[in-house]
Amino acid sequence: MSGHSTYQPQSRFMKWFEARLPVGALIHSSFVAYPTPRNLNYWWTFGGILTFMLAAQIVTGVVLAMHYTPTSKEAFDSVEQLMRDVNYGWLFRYVHANGGSMFFLAVYIHMFRGLYYGSYKEPREVLWILGVIIFVLMVATAFMGYVLPWGQMSFWAATVITNLFSAIPLFGNAITLWLWGGFAVDQPLLQRFYSLHYLLPFMIAGVVVLHVWALHVTGQNNPTGVDVKSDKDTVPFTPYATVKDGFMLVCFLILYGWFVFYIPNYLGHSDNYIPANPLQTPSHIVPEWYFLPFYAILRAIPSKLGGVAVMFGSIFVLFFVPWLDTSKVRSAKYRPLYRQFFWVLVVCCVGLGYLGSQAPEGGFVLAARILTAYYFLHFLVILPLLGLVEKPRAVPSSISESVLKGSAPAAAGTRAPDRNG
Amino acid sequence: MAATGTAATTRRDFLYIATATVGAVGAAATVWPLISQMNPDASVLALAAIEVDLAPIAQGQILTVKWRGKPVFISHRTKKEIDEARATPLSQLIDPQTDEARVKKDHDQWLVVIGICTHLGCVPLGHQGEYDGWFCPCHGSLYDTSGRVRRGPAPTNLEVPPYEFLADTKVRIG
Repeated sequence: MSGHSTYQPQSRFMKWFEARLPVGALIHSSFVAYPTPRNLNYWWTFGGILTFMLAAQIVTGVVLAMHYTPTSKEAFDSVEQLMRDVNYGWLFRYVHANGGSMFFLAVYIHMFRGLYYGSYKEPREVLWILGVIIFVLMVATAFMGYVLPWGQMSFWAATVITNLFSAIPLFGNAITLWLWGGFAVDQPLLQRFYSLHYLLPFMIAGVVVLHVWALHVTGQNNPTGVDVKSDKDTVPFTPYATVKDGFMLVCFLILYGWFVFYIPNYLGHSDNYIPANPLQTPSHIVPEWYFLPFYAILRAIPSKLGGVAVMFGSIFVLFFVPWLDTSKVRSAKYRPLYRQFFWVLVVCCVGLGYLGSQAPEGGFVLAARILTAYYFLHFLVILPLLGLVEKPRAVPSSISESVLKGSAPAAAGTRAPDRNG
Repeated sequence: MAATGTAATTRRDFLYIATATVGAVGAAATVWPLISQMNPDASVLALAAIEVDLAPIAQGQILTVKWRGKPVFISHRTKKEIDEARATPLSQLIDPQTDEARVKKDHDQWLVVIGICTHLGCVPLGHQGEYDGWFCPCHGSLYDTSGRVRRGPAPTNLEVPPYEFLADTKVRIG
């Protein structure tokens, strides 16, 4: 898609520079002249929002690192000092802490968008896999960041999650000893988490470059799932996508700002304002909201190794979605059955999130088991079978047709289904 | 072009294999310190032993002390608690072990266990749950008055640390 550029440098300096390093042409062909499908809806604006969130987290994180002390004795106090004494320290911390939540909100919408419109299907498998890798890195980064304030929730989150590795047969205890650098979660772990929490965002940025590169090789998917066939199907990135992305970003930032300025601790947990105490576990420990579905899956399995394996498996299965889905039709818009199962999956994931926030007793455990089973059933059984039994509706023969004549099946019903659609 | 790609072994083949071999050894020698630096060093590994005076612990009370950064429960058990632990048939246990094997001979009333749930490392709460032992608030594991796991997800009993009685009311842990 991003073939040779039509970029023409104007000034003498830019002509001189462009002949030596064609950065202008790269930016122009990627973000100005780049053809985007003309029917993209607002669900396609979250890639831009996520790029913004990554940049915002790195900027605020670099500021926080200037005031933070990564020792088990001083970490908690240094965060409190940041909140109370440092000029605008409270602002940077709340923007960063809530930024993590907003980052995950955006990435979950982005992922479900991909699942709904079949954005993982041929030829975008590598694009999807890179996205799952970014998600895994985000999970690791967010977890390590949550440990740094060294409150009660930080400490016990670190304890529970590092103990997951003790479930590994034979080497489990040696691995946890290695992770901790001691016999329990303490100073060595805090300090290495600090180091890695600073490193991982830059690794995410690296994979994001590959993700965007892969996107620009295959081109964007679109709500019809039909390939771009002619110039009539596309509009230039600037101004169309730029304005649409910008508008949605501003709306998203208003929500973000509302959290930061009005309810900055709503998504956090009050126990994390108690300094870490290795001798007392809080009576009810829960992870941040964005990990609750995984936490529910972990607790649903009545075996240590099994629970850990199934929890990691719930992310791992996403790598195989491009091959588990056997349907030739990309967009759920033209898949009457898949569309319903998609929403059942959404309800299932939200339900797991709710169960993850509840105490592990009685009916909650049973419900978590049922939803965990359904989660895997969706990917491992329903997705492969649907492609075989479902009769998709006729897809439009081109994007421009669906836009100009409406996407009603009447307009396209008489045509043969698109061979790539 | 004509000189390469023939069957005969050339000086270049030798250099190629020699370089790869030395490179592999060098890579391994580099990776090892990178991994090893994260392990606990000798000063951490040196077993720090602690001595605990048991006299102030009343019957039915559980004292928590810190050893190697971990909580250790010292439970002064009542007759009822000991009898409950001993009356339990081994067939009902997830990780079968007799109560006698978990305490020191002639000190049956003293149970010393590491206070870390064997599931994912939370600190269980004492005198709670159906078995009068410990209840883990994180994922709901239950332990009996001998610190043996009675309900999952924890896979094994609370660990008994190395310890010895220096006197009837004094133990050294470690």
